[in-house]
Amino acid sequence: MIDASHLDILDTGLRLAVPLIFAALGGIWCERAGVFNIALEGSILGGAFGAALGAIIWQSPWAGLLVGLGSAALVGVLLALMTVHLAINQMVAGIAANMFVLGLTSFLARIAFAGGSASATVPGFSKLAIPGLSSLPLVGEIFFKQDVLLYALYLMVPLAWWLLFKTTWGLNLRATGEYPRAVDSAGLSVYRIRFLSVIGSCMVAGLGGCYLVLSQVFLFTEHMSAGKGFIALAALILGRWNPIGAVAACLLFGLSDALQLRMQFGNPDVPYQFFVVLPYVASIVALVVFAGKIKPPAATGQHYQRGGK
Amino acid sequence: MNTLLRAVYGLRMLWAVLAAFLVGSGLILATGHNPLRAYAALFEGAFFDYYGLADTLVKMCPMLLAGLAVIIPMRCGLFNVGAEGQIYIGALASAAVALYLPEIHWLPHLLLCLVAGMLGGGLWALVPGYLRACRGINEVIVTLLMNYVGINVVSYFVSGPMMQPGAPYPYSPEIPAGLQLPLLLGDADTHAGVLIALALCLVLFLVLRYTTLGFSMNAVGKNPQAARYAGMSIKRHLMLSMVVGGSVAGLAGAIEVLGVKYRLYHLFSPGYGYDGIVVAFMSGLNPLLASVSAFFLAGLSTGAQFMQREIGLDVTVIDALRGLIVIFVAAGLAWKYVVPPKAVRQAARANPTALTGELR
Repeated sequence: MIDASHLDILDTGLRLAVPLIFAALGGIWCERAGVFNIALEGSILGGAFGAALGAIIWQSPWAGLLVGLGSAALVGVLLALMTVHLAINQMVAGIAANMFVLGLTSFLARIAFAGGSASATVPGFSKLAIPGLSSLPLVGEIFFKQDVLLYALYLMVPLAWWLLFKTTWGLNLRATGEYPRAVDSAGLSVYRIRFLSVIGSCMVAGLGGCYLVLSQVFLFTEHMSAGKGFIALAALILGRWNPIGAVAACLLFGLSDALQLRMQFGNPDVPYQFFVVLPYVASIVALVVFAGKIKPPAATGQHYQRGGK
Repeated sequence: MNTLLRAVYGLRMLWAVLAAFLVGSGLILATGHNPLRAYAALFEGAFFDYYGLADTLVKMCPMLLAGLAVIIPMRCGLFNVGAEGQIYIGALASAAVALYLPEIHWLPHLLLCLVAGMLGGGLWALVPGYLRACRGINEVIVTLLMNYVGINVVSYFVSGPMMQPGAPYPYSPEIPAGLQLPLLLGDADTHAGVLIALALCLVLFLVLRYTTLGFSMNAVGKNPQAARYAGMSIKRHLMLSMVVGGSVAGLAGAIEVLGVKYRLYHLFSPGYGYDGIVVAFMSGLNPLLASVSAFFLAGLSTGAQFMQREIGLDVTVIDALRGLIVIFVAAGLAWKYVVPPKAVRQAARANPTALTGELR
């Protein structure tokens, strides 16, 4: 029988999955265009830092959202310059961007926020109940009494699917990831598509960071992304570079995280480390079990060079 | 003119580091400090102070080994981001052998401790190596995720079964004095592990440069199809390179326990595994140059503390600076010195067999 404690796990699981879903959507955008984005982690962190900074300076969550998106876009510009224009190995470029963002945000946090490595409490988004839907039995409270960013996510997932698979824009994007030479001969700029995709991808992932700061913990702490970007990467592989599949995988990871938190409190005699590693182990096991034979977009990870050089 | 350009190109890592320092001085200015004074304090403390230099050498050891742990698989085209986890598991295995093996003569016992560390790190790296070679699963994601697992495994052991009774903080009992690596510089902390790391560095350089194994690893990394056509087993090379890389990282963990801490601590590594990535890229995947880049990066960490003490600038500026260095070095990798087409045509006319557009 479903009771309140099960619903509680569902609620926690959803909230833990949201940053992952944003990051995974961003990652899909980028990898469908042919660029491997390991800097999702750095984008989340950059977005979180910007969100805290903007929200504190202007005392408004909306300002936080804008600054968060802007700083995630800067991470994207950096990554796009390195991967699309300088043709640096995409893994190397992503790791470099992650290390830079981690170092820079830790450093700036000490200058910007008087409290050392953590910021003061920031004004966040408050929960809005959607009339009617929120009074549904069982699920109404969980899904329809949330904040603006989560409602935006509800719209973004089907929108991403529609854009990717049902529009010319999506067809061009997918072609850029599968066979860029064909896109080039059709008269479109591969560089331009990839450049904009990387920036957009980092901004969407940055929304995950904004959600962390503005809707969940209401402050910034050093390295608060804590590997979420990498779990999102595993999720989008599991979801086979499809927004709907990736959302399912993220929800799975979010629920396993919620479950481990619950079990951690329920079983104080079992060492907590067993539960902490659960989401990571679940990601690896899921990769092994489900991702055996699937192929990423064919040109992902390869630099495209125009002309037969 | 051509030789000048070549010299400039050959020193591109140096330009990258200088560019990073230049941008970094902007960060320091933003905090209201004088960048020149900050850098002076940093370098004086790191390289010209007796205890500072000793500390730099102590930090160089794990960074260098972690760098080698990245370089070896990278030669086969694999990116090992998991040195951090491998360091932890190596330290765990080594501490377990040091603490729980019945007492034997110190020399074989010490060697067993080091071997245990290597085995631990190697087996931990076998998992991503196998998954990549046989199942085609991206090694970057698996090694990254396994870091979090490895750190928590050590955390479990030192706060549970291996915890020193009555300790205020999770750490293991002290390892016997006979198993602690001897110190090299009188009363400073520099231990014999530094020599092990440097020796390993030289051995690896020779193996990668002059042996068939080194050649075939390069072949697998640069052109897998050609390597397979020449009869090399790609799967075996991928797994082997990952295991060897992991065992070098495991050795770093063992040396941290036996030479620096004398105990296994919860969260003992401040990210040496990730520093290894920086070391590897700054050296251009050359094990000998890796010792130089590890020495330099270790100096940054040591010097940062001097800098904080002398002028009150926070040590996190060094984290940002390290990130900048990686970015500029990565950008430097993209910079290929291309001979102008006209010069190529002339060279081709003069010597038709040596047609190349790129200098190495």
